[in-house]
Amino acid sequence: MQLLFFLFAFVTVIGALGMVLSRNIVHSALFLVLSFIGLALIYFALQAPFLGAVQLMVYSGAVAILIIMAIMMMGRADMSISAPVQSLSKRFVGAGMAALIFVLLGLATTLTPLPISSAAGSATEAQDLAVLLLSNFALPFELAAVILLAAMIGALMLARGGNAS
Amino acid sequence: MSMLTTPIGMSEVLTLSAFLFAIGLYGLFTRRGIIAILMCIELMLNAVNLNLIAFDRLYVHDGTGQVMAIFSIAVAAAEIAVGLALTINLFRLRFTTNADEADNLHEPNAFRN
Repeated sequence: MQLLFFLFAFVTVIGALGMVLSRNIVHSALFLVLSFIGLALIYFALQAPFLGAVQLMVYSGAVAILIIMAIMMMGRADMSISAPVQSLSKRFVGAGMAALIFVLLGLATTLTPLPISSAAGSATEAQDLAVLLLSNFALPFELAAVILLAAMIGALMLARGGNAS
Repeated sequence: MSMLTTPIGMSEVLTLSAFLFAIGLYGLFTRRGIIAILMCIELMLNAVNLNLIAFDRLYVHDGTGQVMAIFSIAVAAAEIAVGLALTINLFRLRFTTNADEADNLHEPNAFRN
């Protein structure tokens, strides 16, 4: 099981590195899709099949398509250099700060005594999450629905150009 | 053969989550296009979701972390929709997606002219 996790993690990291290092923005978006799919596979391996399906449907199926459509709407003449980056010195500073954050987070996770994972528990299916969503988390559930409605209306108004009619 | 039967360790998953977050952070500092910056923010949000699900699976296995991850996914989807709509509007005005060129509210200071 750990071999599978390392394989999926490798796929996800390849996608993430390709996304931030690519000069072509369409390639970046496709690498991001690869990263999302790798993460969905990891969710399946972590006894969360409903979350894995949601990740595939929402992220790799909707958010990635939205990003690619927005990239295509703002077309540039030459796609091969369509993703400009900062100068080399600023990139080194950025890499240093990101490495510092990674070292701090890695130290925090490896030094705190977390419980060793037991054998594979039962997968959390949709009905278990539904019981939680409608009992303990009913208020955030309704608020999330309001947020999605507001975002939908807002995105429609903004994309149309904001005419009052 | 032991790698196929040992269950997934918590430190490995959390280290992967930290690594993805750091990669997204590097992309956020480095990239200039607004859409590229939005993609890096999505990567960071996904790293956080992985963290939530890892804690749910390996610490308390009652689904709470997964519900938090569902809400994180919902809010991130709403945010990327509004962010891309704003980017389209900015492109209509300025014909550029370079984040450095959206500086109408910028005052001259010591770091920039």
